[in-house]
Amino acid sequence: MKSPLSLTVAIVVGIVILIGYFVPSPSLAAIRTPMLNWAMTLAGIASLVAIINLIFGVHWKRLRESGSKQFFSAVVILSFLVTLTAGIFFGPSDSNYQKVVTAIQVPIETSLMAVLAITLAYSSLRLLQRQHNWMGLLFFLSVILFLVINSGVMAFASDIPILQVLLSGFHNVPVAGARGILLGIALGSLATGIRILIGSDKPYSG
Amino acid sequence: MSGFEPLIGILLVISFSALVILFSLKRIRTKHPPVFRKIIAIQKLRRSIGLAVEDGTRIHVSLGSANLIDPSNTSALVGLSSLHRIGQLTSTSDLPPISTSGNGGLLILGQDVLSQISVETNTRELYDPQHAQMTGVTPFSYAVGTMEAMSDSGINANVFIGNFGPEAGLLCDASEGKQAFTLAASDSVTSQSIFYAMSDDTLIGEELFALPAYLAYHSTHQASLRVQDIFRVLVGIVLVTGSILKIFGLI
Repeated sequence: MKSPLSLTVAIVVGIVILIGYFVPSPSLAAIRTPMLNWAMTLAGIASLVAIINLIFGVHWKRLRESGSKQFFSAVVILSFLVTLTAGIFFGPSDSNYQKVVTAIQVPIETSLMAVLAITLAYSSLRLLQRQHNWMGLLFFLSVILFLVINSGVMAFASDIPILQVLLSGFHNVPVAGARGILLGIALGSLATGIRILIGSDKPYSG
Repeated sequence: MSGFEPLIGILLVISFSALVILFSLKRIRTKHPPVFRKIIAIQKLRRSIGLAVEDGTRIHVSLGSANLIDPSNTSALVGLSSLHRIGQLTSTSDLPPISTSGNGGLLILGQDVLSQISVETNTRELYDPQHAQMTGVTPFSYAVGTMEAMSDSGINANVFIGNFGPEAGLLCDASEGKQAFTLAASDSVTSQSIFYAMSDDTLIGEELFALPAYLAYHSTHQASLRVQDIFRVLVGIVLVTGSILKIFGLI
């Protein structure tokens, strides 16, 4: 153990926040609320540090090195400086500023979403080739089944009581499956939190 | 929140912590050693780590874009533990692992973990803070930046572990394009389904939290895995009992 101080601070703060969640006492809230506000402020500062690191640590460094990616790094730095200057000059809530930023960002992200849709469709077709087991087959059949059910082809089922019950049963299957997965995730999250709380897992040095 | 919920929560946290500490004790571990089922994806990761050391290639760990003040950050914290362990295992290589993320807090923690590894393994001269990067702020910019980072510097394996959205598909596709080994795990149901469809090796559900224990990290990881199993059985029993009681109209 290199620094018991940072570990002690982390454990004490973690315990105070946790107790404050379970015990709604005004005196605990008076300690807990400023701590959570500090955490939010620190997260904001961390984002700023990360952006500066991305621009000056990664792209600026790349500009000074020879390579094919110099042009892209120059575009990134230039775009960043223009956006930053305009943001400081007009303010981030300015409607014209927001319009220009979203007019650039939305089409780019939509194009990426389109690429993703095609990639996913292609991968789904290749799924059986990749997953040579019954789980792969089950996954593939489920995808087909739910695509058919949700496409509206089965709309006539609303007139047939047995089919309606069957379809409603099918609709509950993914919910039950997701619940099972989320239960495991919740227990895993609890375990991770407790490991940090008892100081055995330390994602920070100091 | 009903009157009983805080009490149940406190009891759960205390009993979970007590069991984790109990199972971490050396006496218990030697008397009742943990037995893990085989997870092929993790075995392949271990092989990739060995290959990276032999070939002089690099492992890339992507931590997703979870916010540290959000409940979804636990998957990224598991990613950081895995990064630490992978860094220890590849310490004999000339190329330490690199880490990418979509959040400022994760960048700082990633740099800190890489720095810790270099101190622990006496490889301070190989440490470069730029080996941990925040590649983008929005999910898609993060994905594109990560794809670019993956195209650099001879990576032989990509480990995607953290909170991802649909952009996970682009990452898997890029990794496959580079013919690199891909291990994917997330706490998000959406990205788990995308990973399952697009990656050869996916960790589903709680398997994500088992990764550090399978890589033989701290004894508490193995202990918490055992406690998770115990609690899963208990929750299952409670759910089934509740359903039976509900059927008979007793609750």
